[in-house]
Amino acid sequence: MLDAKSKSFTTADGRTIGPVVMEMRNITLRFGGVVAIKDISFDIREGEIRAIIGPNGAGKSSMLNVISGFYNPQEGEVIYRGAKRPPMRPYQVARQGIARTFQNIALFDGMSVLDNIMTGRLNHMKASIFDQAFWWGRAQREEVENRRKAEEVIDFLQIQNIRKTPVGRLPYGLKKRVELARALVAEPSILLLDEPMAGMNVEEKEDMSRFILDVNDEFGTTIVLIEHDMGVVMDLSDRVVVMDYGRKIGDGTPDEVRRNQEVIDAYLGVAHD
Amino acid sequence: MPDQLIFAMEVTLNGLLNGVMYALVALGFVLIFKASGIFNYAQGVMALFAAMTLVGIQQGRVPFGHLINEIFGTNIHYFGWEVPALAAIALTVLVMIGFALLVQRFVFKHLVGQEPIILFMATIGLAYFLEGVSDLMWGSEIRNLDVGLPQGINDVIDAATFDLFGYGFFIDNLDISAAIVAGILVAVLIAYAQYTKNGRAMRAVADDHQAALSVGIQLNYVWVLVWSLAGIVALVAGIMWGSKSGVQFSLSLIALKALPVLMLGGFTSIPGAIIGGLIIGVGEALFEFAIGPMIGGATENWFAYVLALVFLVFRPQGLFGEKIIERV
Ligand SMILES: Nc1ncnc2c1ncn2[C@@H]1O[C@H](COP(=O)(O)OP(=O)(O)OP(=O)(O)O)[C@@H](O)[C@H]1O
Ligand SMILES: [Mg+2]
Repeated sequence: MLDAKSKSFTTADGRTIGPVVMEMRNITLRFGGVVAIKDISFDIREGEIRAIIGPNGAGKSSMLNVISGFYNPQEGEVIYRGAKRPPMRPYQVARQGIARTFQNIALFDGMSVLDNIMTGRLNHMKASIFDQAFWWGRAQREEVENRRKAEEVIDFLQIQNIRKTPVGRLPYGLKKRVELARALVAEPSILLLDEPMAGMNVEEKEDMSRFILDVNDEFGTTIVLIEHDMGVVMDLSDRVVVMDYGRKIGDGTPDEVRRNQEVIDAYLGVAHD
Repeated sequence: MPDQLIFAMEVTLNGLLNGVMYALVALGFVLIFKASGIFNYAQGVMALFAAMTLVGIQQGRVPFGHLINEIFGTNIHYFGWEVPALAAIALTVLVMIGFALLVQRFVFKHLVGQEPIILFMATIGLAYFLEGVSDLMWGSEIRNLDVGLPQGINDVIDAATFDLFGYGFFIDNLDISAAIVAGILVAVLIAYAQYTKNGRAMRAVADDHQAALSVGIQLNYVWVLVWSLAGIVALVAGIMWGSKSGVQFSLSLIALKALPVLMLGGFTSIPGAIIGGLIIGVGEALFEFAIGPMIGGATENWFAYVLALVFLVFRPQGLFGEKIIERV
């Protein structure tokens, strides 16, 4: 597992894990006096499922926000596809093919499920206002293509029957699924998921796990996943970063991490769902 | 048919046409408020500025003429050409887009995430600043605005109603064309928001900033867009009111007419702005017609506010807003 960063290899279950696509180097993020991330480094390989775990307030979401450009760290650098990434705005990161979901779900409540998902295609729309105004050639083809892609994702996540429902009326579990759909439809190369299964029942969790595995398997999408449910994490992920109080206390395969004494200590006496 | 009823019909019709104008002004507020949470106090002054700019360009006036003459001791006021109405409108649209860019770049970009009251104060500052700029650029005298809209009594309606009731309605052609233009503008805006990339981005930003960012929308860009659209709406409102009663400072007070419309229709609803505008237009006209003479007239000045206030007490969320239920 610890080959040179540029090498690809094949996992036990036959998936190909590529070279390092993103590397976090000595990231430190502060909010006033609070140090949310303290000098953390780790890398993400093409095509892998990379989990970030840790107790509440460990800084997991903050790390995801750094990757997606919502926060810019005070120290450290992000290396993306071999080049140092300058400080970026979220929309710029999104346009580089990095999509995300939020811990607290950020959907457009006033829009239908389909419209929500279509916003995920905004960066694939190129027709000018004049093309669009008159619904000519290019705009028409683009719209058809975007719709087709949206319907594909809707089928994939099995939400056909709620396509026209306003998102605000959906139950929590389905909202999470719609948010995943909106991220997926952008055809991202990296997908960031902040607790995609929080608040779900066992059955919903199983569905979501299967979707995540399928996305990774079928489209080769690299996935960075924050999750509290240890069973899920151990099942899904190729490698795990463990955070505690803003520090990294473990990094490796699920088995390695599980045996790490510091990790065991961090989790002792901490209540988790 | 009794005379009173016939008069009331004429009054209602005129009220409706006025209401379309109110709706148009209110729409400018709604656009910006929805997308950025900013209540734009400057909307009325934007209409004044847009109308002044249009007239200035049309008549070939030299912008900042007074200032230039003062500094260089020259005496120039006109370029000596006249710009056709359509070209002048197009140029004014460009000016309003430029204004939107500047406002976003130099004011609101620096106020992202501030309290609504602070944003509101900034727009008050902006209103007075823009008023000053308008004076400096084009002067403050009353100007005639004429872009070739038909004026005067509509003979067709006059004749038709005369045949029907033996009394011809007085409906101004200008009001009719204003209503048609406003109707088209609203339809175009709605289609734009519904079907174009920028429109989708606008709706997304209006709904949830964070989610919009995550799908790759640049907030700054959308805000410039929204201010530009509000500028264009202000221009159209400025043209309508300016054609009717000349371009002068009082034009900026049309914003005051939009406030009760917003109280009625809600600050975030485009259909609300339209229906609200119509209700206020008809309501104030009928009230002035029926009750006005008994209490000394001029009820148009305050009736809209009273109506809105009564309404507010019973439906604080406006006509189309979701019911607000306090969480306890
Ligand atoms: N925008 C912010 N402003 C101020 N402090 C913040 C902000 N975001 C996060 N923090 C702080 O940074 C620390 C890490 O928070 P973060 O949300 O990253 O934790 P987490 O590991 O995702 O926790 P959880 O499991 O509860 O989601 C916390 O102390 C939090 O209060
Ligand atoms: Mg979190």
